[in-house]
Amino acid sequence: MFDFDPFFDNFDEILNGFAATLRLAAAAAVLSLIIGTLLASFRVSPVPVLRAFGTGYVNVLRNTPLTLVLLMCSLGLNDILALKFSDTTSTSYYWWAVLGLSAYTGAFVCETLRAGVNTVPLGQAEAARSIGLTFTQSLRIIILPQAFRAIIAPLGSVFIAMIKNTTVAAAASYAEVALVTKTIVDKPTFADGVIPLFLGVAIGFLILTLPTGYFFGWLAKRMAVAR
Amino acid sequence: MTDSEGGPDLSKDGPEDTIAPAASGDRPLVVVENVNKHFGELHVLKDINLTVDPGEVVVVIGPSGGGKSTLCRSINRLEPIDSGTIRVDGKELPKEGKELARLRADVGMVFQAFNLFAHKSILENVTLGPVKVRRQGKQESEKHAMELLERVGIADQAHKYPAQLSGGQQQRAAIARSLAMRPKVMLFDEPTSALDPEMVNEVLDVMTGLAREGMTMIVVTHEMGFARRAAQKVVFMADGQIVEENTPDEFFTNARTERAKDFLSKILTH
Ligand SMILES: Nc1ncnc2c1ncn2[C@@H]1O[C@H](COP(=O)(O)OP(=O)(O)OP(=O)(O)O)[C@@H](O)[C@H]1O
Ligand SMILES: [Mg+2]
Repeated sequence: MFDFDPFFDNFDEILNGFAATLRLAAAAAVLSLIIGTLLASFRVSPVPVLRAFGTGYVNVLRNTPLTLVLLMCSLGLNDILALKFSDTTSTSYYWWAVLGLSAYTGAFVCETLRAGVNTVPLGQAEAARSIGLTFTQSLRIIILPQAFRAIIAPLGSVFIAMIKNTTVAAAASYAEVALVTKTIVDKPTFADGVIPLFLGVAIGFLILTLPTGYFFGWLAKRMAVAR
Repeated sequence: MTDSEGGPDLSKDGPEDTIAPAASGDRPLVVVENVNKHFGELHVLKDINLTVDPGEVVVVIGPSGGGKSTLCRSINRLEPIDSGTIRVDGKELPKEGKELARLRADVGMVFQAFNLFAHKSILENVTLGPVKVRRQGKQESEKHAMELLERVGIADQAHKYPAQLSGGQQQRAAIARSLAMRPKVMLFDEPTSALDPEMVNEVLDVMTGLAREGMTMIVVTHEMGFARRAAQKVVFMADGQIVEENTPDEFFTNARTERAKDFLSKILTH
């Protein structure tokens, strides 16, 4: 029962799966940060159209199951509408998975960041305006840097959730570790040891997520703004 | 410059260019005409008229909720007004956008809560405006900033962060940050009300020094000593109206209006 042979027999494949997971998570972290920051800027901007767009976006993406978002990307946009990133099928699925996961996670980054903006005293923005900074300058130089420092720890949680959410990309035909694991289990030659295999993969995720949590916790302490 | 034990250095005149030029010409620098403003149902500014000449120091005084802060904030358009006009050095501030930001830089503002940028050092606080708004070189901005910090007596704190300074030091840093923009006029909204009593004077001394050098100032404060020492005019505001305009001496000893007498009796008896 707790014989970990099936895990180590397929170690190479699983490792490749994790590499694919990591590629997806890393790209999604960067892109969702960009999307989230843009959305948060929209949501606090004085322009009603931008605010409405930001609110609409967050409400739709945050309340749609990720599986649906990713299926929409892979089946809907890639397969049916033939909007492909590349002629290589796997590369195209990869970028759609990155885009779908980032679009979804971006909504959460936005809301976290907005909470951070609320921790910055109103007087900071007023002082920024009073020395002649434009709205965008004051957002970029004064508000967002302080907001980011306030939300480093919760942002860590968003990223941990995102790393685990990469497994849903299996639904979007992207061969990350969950899909690889399933393929291994489905092989006719695979006889026994599903649980050890799963435990092995679970431990693999801990190896990714635990340091992420610690890193963000450490960073949060280091970067805190003294008031 | 000599050691001043961290206190403001007022005994001597600094380099000629440290403090901003007053104004261009003899016309009034700030003209507030028939200004009205509401917060919802509340009429907070009722037909306000006020003229401030170049180099003049005007103290605004009055009961809480009278609209003093709102008037200050309207002058650099942190609050929009409903009707009337406000002109600074002949120009009306536009409603919004880049042009507003640029003109607003000519009006310095010092807040009750200091509002220094918490994630930037004191020196960065002072150089930010000149570098980002005036597009002035970094070196030149830092040199000017250090002169100003010297002037307000906190040059030795330049590389600290706001939270590491006392309230009085923070407020002096905030004054230096405003001065760095070489403003034509400076607004002070109760600059000493958030300070411990022993720090009030170090800030008032800096302000008195500015007044002597010819800075045009509008100061909301209940510090009578400062008003008598530095101001040419006292404006008494209550219920959104300017009830009385007078010289400081006349106002504090022999106010014309009942409303002002009543107010003074209250702040003088405790
Ligand atoms: N943003 C706002 N929204 C709604 N009402 C406001 C707002 N700011 C101020 N007010 C109201 O407007 C009135 C004038 O306020 P203001 O702050 O200008 O008074 P003040 O004379 O500065 O008083 P204080 O001495 O307490 O600072 C008050 O009744 C206040 O409650
Ligand atoms: Mg006030």
